[in-house]
Amino acid sequence: MATVTTPARAPGGASEMPDTPGWARWANEHRKWLFAAPAMIFVAALIVFPLAWTGYLSLTDAEGSVRAESEFVGFRNYVDVLSDTERFWPAVGRTAAFTVVALLFEVVLGMAVALLLWRPFRGQKWVRVAILMPLVATPVAVGMMWRLIFDPNIGLANQVLGWVGIGPQPWLAGQHSALPTTIFIDVWQWTPMVVLILLAGLTSLSEEPQEAARIDGASTWQRFRHVTLPLLMPTVIVAILLRGIDALKTFDILYATKGRGGGSFHEVETLNVYAYGLSFDYNEYGVSSTVLIIFFLIIIGSMWALTARRKEAKR
Amino acid sequence: MGLSACGGGGDDSSASKTVRVTLANHVWTENIKQALPEFEKQSGLKVEITQLGEDQLSDQYNVKLNAGSSDIDVMMYRPLQEGKLFAKNKYLADLSEQVKSNKDWDFADFQAGPVEATSYEGKPVGVPIITEQEVLYYRKDLLAKAGLSAPPKTLDELKAAAAKVKAAEPGVAGFVARTGKSPAVTQFSSFLYSFGGDFVDDSGKAGVSSDAAKQAYAYYGGLIKDSGPANVSTDMSWPEAMAIFTQGKAAFYTEADSLYKNATDPAKSKVADTVGFAPFPAGPAGSKPYNIPSWALGVNDSSKNKSNAWKFIEWATGKQQTLVQQKAGVPSARTSVWANPEGTATYPKDLVEAIAASTKVGVGHDRPLVVKVAEAREIVGQPIVDAIAGKDAAAAADTANTAFQKFLDDEAK
Repeated sequence: MATVTTPARAPGGASEMPDTPGWARWANEHRKWLFAAPAMIFVAALIVFPLAWTGYLSLTDAEGSVRAESEFVGFRNYVDVLSDTERFWPAVGRTAAFTVVALLFEVVLGMAVALLLWRPFRGQKWVRVAILMPLVATPVAVGMMWRLIFDPNIGLANQVLGWVGIGPQPWLAGQHSALPTTIFIDVWQWTPMVVLILLAGLTSLSEEPQEAARIDGASTWQRFRHVTLPLLMPTVIVAILLRGIDALKTFDILYATKGRGGGSFHEVETLNVYAYGLSFDYNEYGVSSTVLIIFFLIIIGSMWALTARRKEAKR
Repeated sequence: MGLSACGGGGDDSSASKTVRVTLANHVWTENIKQALPEFEKQSGLKVEITQLGEDQLSDQYNVKLNAGSSDIDVMMYRPLQEGKLFAKNKYLADLSEQVKSNKDWDFADFQAGPVEATSYEGKPVGVPIITEQEVLYYRKDLLAKAGLSAPPKTLDELKAAAAKVKAAEPGVAGFVARTGKSPAVTQFSSFLYSFGGDFVDDSGKAGVSSDAAKQAYAYYGGLIKDSGPANVSTDMSWPEAMAIFTQGKAAFYTEADSLYKNATDPAKSKVADTVGFAPFPAGPAGSKPYNIPSWALGVNDSSKNKSNAWKFIEWATGKQQTLVQQKAGVPSARTSVWANPEGTATYPKDLVEAIAASTKVGVGHDRPLVVKVAEAREIVGQPIVDAIAGKDAAAAADTANTAFQKFLDDEAK
């Protein structure tokens, strides 16, 4: 392709078309920005502005009404929130516990199911559809459904336990069992998504390393541990990243099962539920914005840590 | 009359022929929806209704009114819960002129307590549409089975009767009521008053650690803990508690009278034909149930359609509509419909008696009267859930009192 034999043109060549107007040349040189501009403006309007406004509110004592006069208080809200051991820090703890435990179960279970579905078998299509069912349901509806199932007095869960001779459990009603129960619901709903991602990763793996390992006499576990898992690692981290951010932000399931404040003893009050209560129940927009900004920084931080880890795994 | 001319104040020439009305899920709303065509025909206006659950309604107002949105004209709101906040934020239009504009509509016909609750700084900002008193719901059949001839008249009798039924009937609770920290506050208030306490005492100080209050907390929590449903959750509001009662799983239930249709409607209740009603049982300070306006209609101050908004309110709260509502089971705030035999004919007889008794001795609030009600409810509700969970109610009341005093001081600033 490089050896073009056509006779040379007049000096100057194609790059210097004499009658191209200046703006067109400029547009041509910057076209990648130009085409992206509408999207960038859109993002700015929808993300940057609200974020900046929240940031501003977090530095004021806005309460009651956003339109009411509020005073600039600097970082006082941040000091107040970060020294609040009654609601804020327990909420941070619950957010972390919810995310880590749910994620752990979802990834381990998801991996197991993905491995089972990896090799073709009869009726695989139906099994896949069945596994995806929880994923398509609305989280609020899912929350309401499990709330009924877990009702301590008339719910199905305790009835089933009764059949096998186990006494009734408080489930969502218990002060200490509520958070684990909501984690269970999250695992039930979101493991399929992890399965989906991992399955896509597994099917795109090349067969040769597996073959080679098999010929060398590696056992199934050894092949998984030393061949499949390392090759799949970038995909696993993508799954953790996507699901992790989502789990951190969980709101609907918690709100639908335990209501405002995460229950009477704040049993399932995560940062999201707390910030929601601050805005919508207490009308404390300044403090609520502060919690949200801190939460935003936590999410950005965890995302950054995970992406860094992913780059490492790819290497 | 009054509908043809642009009766109310305000002369918005750009006014739309469509009135946008936001309403809560309530029996009142269902009734008014059925009567709407009549109003539309009469007035030539079109009414667009948005209907939401209580919590969603609050959130919606928070977002829209905060943004100064004009796409709500008439709003159904809770005077005791949000009235002060909304009026203070200037979300509610001053209705002083409008309530005087039509003699037939007759503002003086409304009961004094509800009118006071829908006024701000002496000016009417809303019109009460539903009143509530707390009454005792009970199961006649279970009482007869337990050998009790009449519903309990005192809180001591209630406690004994509840324990007796629970012991006699496996799987049936003696007593059920709201248990959620915030939802329980309003129904707990009658217990508090009947023990001789109040959320704020006469000198304006927090009153939730008084001896009377401590006894009330211990009583309410203890009753649910000892005679309530097994494995009781501390998140129940009225739909959950009512479900337990209407499923036939409880003998006694204290709740607002305005919800009685849920218990007596055979389509919703398994125990419809055995439900009885009684006045709130007397405590050491007598029987002191709350008697409050639970919902009102107001006009959004940012609305560009205020005079038509008022036309809707004038019609919906007029004597005729109020009578229809009352007959359909919505206790109203108009004196005339209670005086009218037609207005009480459709109610269970024992309920009418219970309501009549309550309006005589009732207390005009069922929660602390402050601006940030949601926050205050969580503070004064904490000892309730602590008592249900079997913790020391008195200690919880002391802690709550300190927090509530701080809250009151902050709000007074």
